[in-house]
Amino acid sequence: MIVGEQKPLDEIRDQISPFKKVLILGCGTCVTVCFAGGEKEVGVMASTLRMAGAVSGQEKEFLEATVKRQCEWEFLDQVAEQIASVDAVLSLGCGIGVQAIAERFPKVRVYPGLNTSFLGMPVEQGVWSARCAACGDCVLGRFAGVCPIVRCSKSLLNGPCGGSHDGVCEISPDIPCGWQLIYDRLEVLGLLDTLEEIVPPKDWSAGMGRGGRSIVREDLKI
Amino acid sequence: MNPEPQSGLQRVLSEGGFAVTAECGPPRGGNAEVIRDKGRWLKGCVDAVNVTDNQTAIVRMSSIAACVHLQQMGLEPVMQMVTRDRNRIALQSDIMGAYSLGIRNILCLSGDHQTFGSQPDAMNVFDIDSINLLRAVQTMRDEGRDMSGYELDGPPRMFIGAVANPFADPLDYHVIRLAKKIEAGADFIQTQCVYNLERFKEWMRLAREEGLTDRVHILAGVTPLRSLRMTQHMASKVAGMDVPDSVRKRMAGAPRGKVAEEGTRICLETIAELRQIEGVHGVHIMAIGGEEKVSEIVEAAGLTPGPAVA
Repeated sequence: MIVGEQKPLDEIRDQISPFKKVLILGCGTCVTVCFAGGEKEVGVMASTLRMAGAVSGQEKEFLEATVKRQCEWEFLDQVAEQIASVDAVLSLGCGIGVQAIAERFPKVRVYPGLNTSFLGMPVEQGVWSARCAACGDCVLGRFAGVCPIVRCSKSLLNGPCGGSHDGVCEISPDIPCGWQLIYDRLEVLGLLDTLEEIVPPKDWSAGMGRGGRSIVREDLKI
Repeated sequence: MNPEPQSGLQRVLSEGGFAVTAECGPPRGGNAEVIRDKGRWLKGCVDAVNVTDNQTAIVRMSSIAACVHLQQMGLEPVMQMVTRDRNRIALQSDIMGAYSLGIRNILCLSGDHQTFGSQPDAMNVFDIDSINLLRAVQTMRDEGRDMSGYELDGPPRMFIGAVANPFADPLDYHVIRLAKKIEAGADFIQTQCVYNLERFKEWMRLAREEGLTDRVHILAGVTPLRSLRMTQHMASKVAGMDVPDSVRKRMAGAPRGKVAEEGTRICLETIAELRQIEGVHGVHIMAIGGEEKVSEIVEAAGLTPGPAVA
């Protein structure tokens, strides 16, 4: 899922400071599951902003709504009237949600309330961890289901660098060495010999750096 | 490997000499005099000088430029090149440019992560890793083609080096990785600083068992410790470094004013032991911030630059 976390309150207030009436719009999918931008967080955000406004003597109005998925226009259309009634939208969706609003409502000012952090998953209560770089050319089959692009700090394809020590990465004792994870998995699977092969340079052409990528499925088009 | 030696370092190693290389970090600015000072200290006492490429991710004068300054003084540079800051286009281009300027030795690395450096907000590149950089340099040299297969007008013929860290985990895998680096094109290897001789010997034993020492020249890295603070820093802050308790105790036990002397003594003892290890073909002296001490160490260790006299 897409994992995000809320921006600092000061940054959020700064972004929406010119506006009197603001819709705080949550999303019921990924960011609800990671407790960053669901219905509950929208409520807390609205209360916080109301209190902050009251303390600073500003007259502000905050509306609240949460749609099932901000990244699909048909769900956004359900709150079109509310969006049309405000000066700005503070989205607690991921970056895709923010852009979906901007594209659907060209005249509406929309601001991100979250930083979209990564594609990942919860690994324990309150802890989320990155798992995918959306590189467009999946190499997990070669690396026993552990992604070196995301989990190695240098995205190395041919083994750990010299900074791997006691299973952790040189940049932080809190980050497991991705290559140690790959090594351990391959060992369990009896596939260590596959590491002897030189993995050629990765084809990055399916990934970032060439504008907005699109997938077209002719079989599904109407 | 090249039939005809491309560089002085290659000549020394191919003739069975015990090579001595040192390291020289470019300045944080455009003052070439800093490089020349270091060059003066190192001239005549080493076979080649590694010039680091924005080491520890701190922005410095480019390795290529600093290599040229040393070359103009009559020293032979080993240009270090990391994959952290350049994509494959820039890497290949800079290698061609370096060759056109007379640089004949290259050391291929992935590079210290930018979080250690002066500008941790920077984005890293890592388009290719050090092994694929080795292969690219090898392909340019031996097949005269760039990574796309395009035939080059004037292939850069480099003597190719790689690094190895015998102290990183998992140990077994770092032997496989050494084999991969040789397969990808490494003619010589410079290792992380050796303080833990036992572990180094174990790594060398594994390398010998795999027949790797017959295929590559291994230069063992050494760094003389100069102070207790440096010892502490190397032991706890430098990525991939293994400073055993015994070394720390010796440094801590040295009388006041004699700490640096003890560091030099440990370094000399290490060099003496390294010379006895089968498959070690040289030492790489990384006298971080103490380049003026290298000649003293080389002399005290009884090492002489140039091909060995049979």
